[in-house]
Amino acid sequence: MLFDLECRNSNTALITEEKEMTYRQLMTLSTTIANAVDERQLIFLFCTNSRESVAAYVGFMNRGIVPAMIDSALDTELASRLIEIYRPAYLFLPKNLRESFAAYEETFRIRNYILLSTSEKNFYPLNDELALLMTISGSTGSPKFVRQTYKNIQANTTAIIEYLNIDERDRAITNLPMNYVYGLSVLNTHLWAGASIVVTDKTLFQKEFWSLMRDKAITNFNGVPYTFEMLKRLRFFKMELPALKKITQAGGKLDPELHLKFAEYAERNGKKFFVMYGAAEATARMGYLPAEKSLQKIGSMGIAIPGGKFELIDNNGQAVETVDTIGELIYYGSNVSMGYAESGEDLSLGDERHGRLETGDLAKRDAEGYYTIVGRKKRFLKMFGKRVNLQEVEHLLRNKFDLLDVACGGKDDKLTVFITQENVDTELITYLSAKLNLHPSAFSVKVLSAIPKNSSGKIIYGELEKLQ
Amino acid sequence: MSNLEKYDEAFRDSLKLNGDIALDELEYRKIKLWDSIGHMTLISSLENAFDIEIETNDVINFSSYKKGKQILKKYGVEI
Repeated sequence: MLFDLECRNSNTALITEEKEMTYRQLMTLSTTIANAVDERQLIFLFCTNSRESVAAYVGFMNRGIVPAMIDSALDTELASRLIEIYRPAYLFLPKNLRESFAAYEETFRIRNYILLSTSEKNFYPLNDELALLMTISGSTGSPKFVRQTYKNIQANTTAIIEYLNIDERDRAITNLPMNYVYGLSVLNTHLWAGASIVVTDKTLFQKEFWSLMRDKAITNFNGVPYTFEMLKRLRFFKMELPALKKITQAGGKLDPELHLKFAEYAERNGKKFFVMYGAAEATARMGYLPAEKSLQKIGSMGIAIPGGKFELIDNNGQAVETVDTIGELIYYGSNVSMGYAESGEDLSLGDERHGRLETGDLAKRDAEGYYTIVGRKKRFLKMFGKRVNLQEVEHLLRNKFDLLDVACGGKDDKLTVFITQENVDTELITYLSAKLNLHPSAFSVKVLSAIPKNSSGKIIYGELEKLQ
Repeated sequence: MSNLEKYDEAFRDSLKLNGDIALDELEYRKIKLWDSIGHMTLISSLENAFDIEIETNDVINFSSYKKGKQILKKYGVEI
């Protein structure tokens, strides 16, 4: 049993606008849902920030049922493709998605959620250690999942609880989705520690969200870089939030100027601000900047989490020992996932990483041992916390459109497509926006007379960077 | 350009709306294009278009196309 809910008993677990639910009640609800699924099987959980979604997750984890955590806003076509590839036994989804999966039989219903049986007989075997599947670039239509184990989740959850010092008195709110590792880690840590979570689907731009922040006395607030842009826009620094104690940031590098502003705010108002670092491949968290260092170490993401270790390696795979020297960041820890799944057969695979993760991020270490991310080895952007692989985007565009030439670049939260034809930009942006499930204003198209290439025909991405 | 034209243009441009969409019915989060990211862009472009600074409470109360018109009145912008 991963989550020991019984020992927390009458503590409040989940809070919604209408109702509070104790740990005992959560246990009952989660068991009821999990009991509707007969045994250890693969299930697609279409996540929303709702009690049923959270309870289902908890129930599945405790019963050894393996959920693939799917964004409930995922394009139906992509979801169907994932179902075809992985052959789950069940789908657990919000009622309003019923029509999209009309062919399947409903076998159970609880409030706004329904359980659909796929009637699949030909299941793929599941590795014994496998606990859940998380999407990473699922958004680009790639059917790739990260394979996380029960040990991964336990290790990461207890490490985060330790450095954030989370206990029964803490209270978080679900402004991040639970199909996203950072959002899920907030759930995991708070439920593990017997703390409470306000479950809402309201956003920062709705007054109900701020009423909940105040009335329910939220102590912990968590956000991706874009969340902090929104907070700045909302003049967060002037808000009265006396209950708020901890603010954490992950999901990409925070602009150093914003880092400074929030660190100063925290210092002035007796709150703690944690810049953190992680990836789905490491369950969620790998590094954090201790709150008391946040003003001193602007731009840094800190040190490894308890039980973990960082290392930098150069191009020859040798450890970088000198300070302020750039190398690829390697992480060691028991939260490093087993690897990826790209097909149903992969679900039986064992541990392929053995506690070591090549992050693909370039970093440097200062004299006191603090790490700063300076770039990326691979070509991807973080778009509102989600990773988007630029090579995959180019591939998507080449397949969909009759393009003479295409290259992708840009910066986090702003993807630029370089093409050589006029008059396709609107069509292209509409397509990408739908495919990646991101707002069209996150994309721009630049028409060039030619995409810069070297003598062997390879795109010179460095040149493109200068053109933005 | 009239204030109404400016107001409509801010919606169409920042939310990337099609020409045929009925603006009058628009509500925050009722369509995919008016999400948090769209909202950020929309508020900024309204501020630029009318040279005003919209306060926090109005940013979070700006829940529909119609409501927005009332809110802008407070800033001396009649639409």
